[in-house]
Amino acid sequence: MADSFEISEEMASMVGWESEPWIFEVSRSSVRAFARGVGYTDRVYYDVEKAKEAGYMDLPAPPTYLGTAIFIPGESHEFLPTPPGFNPDLKHNLKGLLDGGAETTYFSDICAGDELTCVRKTTNLEKKNSKGLGDFLIVSSDLTYTNQHKKVVAVQSTQAIFY
Amino acid sequence: MTMTWESIKEGDSISELVKKPGVSQLVKYAAGSGDFNPLHHDYNFPQSKEIGSIIVHGRFKYAVLGECVSNWLDHQGRIKTITCQYRGMDFPDQEIICKGTIIRKWQEKGEKLVELDVWTENSDGKTTTPGKATVSLKN
Repeated sequence: MADSFEISEEMASMVGWESEPWIFEVSRSSVRAFARGVGYTDRVYYDVEKAKEAGYMDLPAPPTYLGTAIFIPGESHEFLPTPPGFNPDLKHNLKGLLDGGAETTYFSDICAGDELTCVRKTTNLEKKNSKGLGDFLIVSSDLTYTNQHKKVVAVQSTQAIFY
Repeated sequence: MTMTWESIKEGDSISELVKKPGVSQLVKYAAGSGDFNPLHHDYNFPQSKEIGSIIVHGRFKYAVLGECVSNWLDHQGRIKTITCQYRGMDFPDQEIICKGTIIRKWQEKGEKLVELDVWTENSDGKTTTPGKATVSLKN
């Protein structure tokens, strides 16, 4: 927990920073694995024929699933799903991390077989204080997902809390 | 029976979805989502020790909100937006109850739209993950 923390000028200058693009794959296996991980019993997410009967091109990505980032050992984070280079170098030295929330907007179906390219942009930094966490930093980001047809299929806005 | 925009009424509740994920389910979710943060499966991880337990992935709860909406919508339309905030921690082997209420229906640019409040409650009735979803109906 931070006793006290301030957003430095250097940190503030990172608002607007954008990552290099990274590929997120949506495959039949990965859709089934996500659905299984949540505990879905709806066969549309597991059975290709049922998915097509329901009007999808292939297994649909379950809500909030935006593909699985390609993992490269030694480059990707050891345990978080964040791709290499997807974290702005804020140098805040805050050790604790909590997820604050997310908003996902869809512009198109996402199905198994899609290859999404994602770019992450830092949109805001805000310092707050609470009894439980002390001073904490909220990092807001927008992640824009484009499919193999160069169409923006989804945008996700997220808030990460560092304390 | 096919659900239509006409048949939906503001104030209606959607079916509840109850989860009680143990560590094994969180491991399955870690594998499915790629989030192997030890905070969600390793009781010896420093952050877990500080909190006093491993905690359920926030994103798991977000995904459960999505499943609750998907079950209600039953592919009779598409989710346009789905949002949530993590206001409280949830712990393994405790009930997470997902609920939803229709708060608004309207038509815009030829689309038949419905907005819902969706949220998860813990077994004490506390809302830990408030959220909203907007869907467009095919019919």
